[in-house]
Amino acid sequence: MSEQSAPGAGGAGRPSGRLLEVDDLRVEFRTQDGVAKVINGVTYHVDAGETLAVLGESGSGKSVTAQTVMGILDMPPGFVTGGQVRFHGKDMLTMSAEERRRIRGEGIAMIFQDSLSALNPVFTVGFQIAEQFRIRRGTSRAEAKKRAIEMLDQVKIPNAKGRFSNYPHQFSGGMRQRAMIAMSLALDPEVLIADEPTTALDVTVQAQIMDLLGELQRERQMGLILITHDLGVVADVADRIAVMYAGRIVEEADVYDLYAKPAHPYTLGLLDSIPRMDEKGQQLRTIKGLPPNLMNIPPGCPFNPRCPMAQPVCREKVPPLLQIGAGRASACHFAEELVNRD
Amino acid sequence: MSDPSAASIVSTPRPEQPTEIGAPTNAGLPESARTEKPRGLLGDAWRDLRRKPLFWISTSVILLFVVMAAFPSLFSSGDAVNGSLSHSLEKPSSQAWFGYDIQGRDVYARVIYGARASIVVALLSVLGTMLFGGLMGIISGYRGGWVDALLSRIADVFFGLPFVLGAIVILTTFNGSGSNNSKVKIMGLVIASLVILSWPVVMRLMRSSVLATKEADYIVAARAMGASTGRIIFKHLLPNCLAPLLVYSTIMVGSFIGAEATLSFLGVGLKSPVVSWGIMISEAQNYIRVAPGLVFFPAAFLVTAVLSFVMLGEAVREALDPKLR
Amino acid sequence: MGRYLVRRLLQLVPVFLGTTFLIYWLVWSVPGDPFAGKCGERRCPPEYVAAMTAKYHLDQNVFVQYATYMKNLLQGDFGTTYSGRSINDIIATAYPNTLKLAVVALAIEAVIGLTAGVLTGLRRNGFLDNLVLVSTLFLIALPVFVVGFVLQWLFGVQWKIVPATVSSEMPFSQLLIPGFVLGSASMAYIARVARTSIAENRRADYVRTAIAKGLPMRRVVGVHLLRNSLIPVVTLLGTDLGALMGGAIVTEGIFGINGIGRQVYRSIVTKESATVVSIVVVLVLVYLLMNLLVDLLYAALDPRIRYE
Repeated sequence: MSEQSAPGAGGAGRPSGRLLEVDDLRVEFRTQDGVAKVINGVTYHVDAGETLAVLGESGSGKSVTAQTVMGILDMPPGFVTGGQVRFHGKDMLTMSAEERRRIRGEGIAMIFQDSLSALNPVFTVGFQIAEQFRIRRGTSRAEAKKRAIEMLDQVKIPNAKGRFSNYPHQFSGGMRQRAMIAMSLALDPEVLIADEPTTALDVTVQAQIMDLLGELQRERQMGLILITHDLGVVADVADRIAVMYAGRIVEEADVYDLYAKPAHPYTLGLLDSIPRMDEKGQQLRTIKGLPPNLMNIPPGCPFNPRCPMAQPVCREKVPPLLQIGAGRASACHFAEELVNRD
Repeated sequence: MSDPSAASIVSTPRPEQPTEIGAPTNAGLPESARTEKPRGLLGDAWRDLRRKPLFWISTSVILLFVVMAAFPSLFSSGDAVNGSLSHSLEKPSSQAWFGYDIQGRDVYARVIYGARASIVVALLSVLGTMLFGGLMGIISGYRGGWVDALLSRIADVFFGLPFVLGAIVILTTFNGSGSNNSKVKIMGLVIASLVILSWPVVMRLMRSSVLATKEADYIVAARAMGASTGRIIFKHLLPNCLAPLLVYSTIMVGSFIGAEATLSFLGVGLKSPVVSWGIMISEAQNYIRVAPGLVFFPAAFLVTAVLSFVMLGEAVREALDPKLR
Repeated sequence: MGRYLVRRLLQLVPVFLGTTFLIYWLVWSVPGDPFAGKCGERRCPPEYVAAMTAKYHLDQNVFVQYATYMKNLLQGDFGTTYSGRSINDIIATAYPNTLKLAVVALAIEAVIGLTAGVLTGLRRNGFLDNLVLVSTLFLIALPVFVVGFVLQWLFGVQWKIVPATVSSEMPFSQLLIPGFVLGSASMAYIARVARTSIAENRRADYVRTAIAKGLPMRRVVGVHLLRNSLIPVVTLLGTDLGALMGGAIVTEGIFGINGIGRQVYRSIVTKESATVVSIVVVLVLVYLLMNLLVDLLYAALDPRIRYE
């Protein structure tokens, strides 16, 4: 199944005791205009009580990976062409549809970026939360309602009882995202995937939602996969960070290591492009160029056309994701030099 | 129907729908990666239309009917109006391909000659509806205020009349059984009643298009630069409203052919000696048990004509609607 | 909501008056002598002319006539035919038949149209999808009287499955064919609207959320997808019911159903002006009120819409 196993995790198919593992996942979109290789061997994992941040620009494949894990990728045009997604060591991609469905919500749950379109506009928020208790747990209507109100309470929605029968459009953006979180946590999932949960919100509300997520994650000892393009968001919450570029993980490290000594020029570029208080007045540094066309990924390292450090070897050989120290890996031919510079 | 080529008659095959993938792929493809050059909506639509078998089939059928209406003698040498009772209800033969009707008239010749009345009435009615409704819509949308309110209420009044009922009332009033109207006058009355009962739809379409474009930046800019009202309407507003009007009018030609036939069938529309499909069906309905062909042949022509206009409109609509592509 | 309703009802008044005045004027005033050809072959008896003239002020201008007529109407008096029959009576006899046919037609178009629309919306570009697209085009293009004739001939004459015309008791089994004929065009529109709506909503984010919640597919489709997709379909059905209740002149005529459409046609042909105007007044009123109801229904179905 996997043509090229990345050394970041255990080999394909071998149970490793991890909670959720994505192993050498490959996904492509087959469209009229051609085949876009959206995910080209992504490997990451998350354990109970741990927060993994998946970082990347839009189009880097971070959301598609999550959708594939969740089984909500539109197929067609999406096709999984290789790899595994293991939950408790069992490959979800080869499970029956029914087995997979049972994992959703109870095993792995997901919250989405745009809570307004992600919630069904014609049902009350309470109905959409209570529905899970009724359908998945077979509880009575009254009991489901009681537990749904509890959930709304847990995500700190004021007057939870009164808001139970409100429709999504009657909530503010922040409150709606809280309701979304309540809905995803209703069945007490082991893993929560949060796909850009704060992107659509005001900055002040963003911090509140991130705090809430962090708190709930600690209380429940969930594995949390936080998908974001915003380096600022992840610093406080994440334990580990996986940086994605053109459908690949290019660097994976503990938060501290990654910020202190990035081992990939792309990560370096991302860090440099954060506006910093101590460099006021200087021009903001950006990564030059555009992400590659996924229908025509350049040979060699996909980042090479934009890389300030690119050498001839970068245009010929794809750098594999290699361990470069305890708990960190990089897919750069010059990872060692990057880490050891100064 | 099971072969794949036939299965794709209606819509162009779209095995993968790139528009529906949503953000993931498109986000991964920077602007520069989209190889095709940007084209205008009409150019796009034309490119889409050309690939549709539906478009070509319906256009050729329509052309055939138009030629039939203009030069019926090309298709038939028979006499559509006068028959001889000795042929009454004769079965189809090499002489008369579709047989003879109760009065011994050649059904094939009548069906061919019937195209003219149906198509002329439908085309003129559509033209009238477009001009009148369009004008009202432009005035209403452009002037606004009490003019708009008044015209909109008047449109509501005509819109509130059920179509067939309204047409019957109008036609019996002016074209009752006692009246002795000439051929041209009857046609004029039928056309007028179709226009009177249909213009509100076009007006609403036009009015909302005008309202939508009126406040657009480029119109405001044109006005600020001193363009006259007429120039703004013809240069800017009309081209923008053209697409929905084009689609609507094509489909309307089809439904007016049907409406004319319905009115003639009910005995309030065109009348003998005018030859039309509706009249033929109306005359034949009492002999359906003995000679079903008398109903079948005009009905088949009628349905084909209506269908080809509706299909053309459908094809154009699909081509013009970027959401469906 | 209440204020919206009042405003809408007030807006109905001028439209209602305009439409009915138009009809009144066409039927009574335009032909010149209001009694020409009204009483069959004979001239109208002078007593009748005198009575009608007195009641409706026919010797005065059309506005006075119309006002008088409306005054009577508001008191529940729809007038009498020249033979002295109460028009209230005619409407009361014919209207239930029209309603019965309308309900059957609506049920048929809803069931067939929705099923076809939902199935094709869920699975686009398949064989069934193209079959439905082609057949709906046909149904839209076919004039009702052609469909009526063909089906009447096939089922009533060739195969003799049902009587060619509906008997006066209006048994349900005999109404199926006329109902299908009457609803055929709308059925096609419903199938198309449902198809587009389902196909558009199928990839909506909230459907994705419902799947991510681990709900069974039949619940995702049957509750979350369907509830949203049905909003335009239900409003279309409502509008159509309004049109159907306006009577079906052609369908009732072909199948010999003694409904309001056949009555009004007959009155037009026999120049029963009073009957024509009265029936049209009822029909216009029903049509306008149904349209208002549909707007309210729309708000009830979609919580995002609030009328102020």
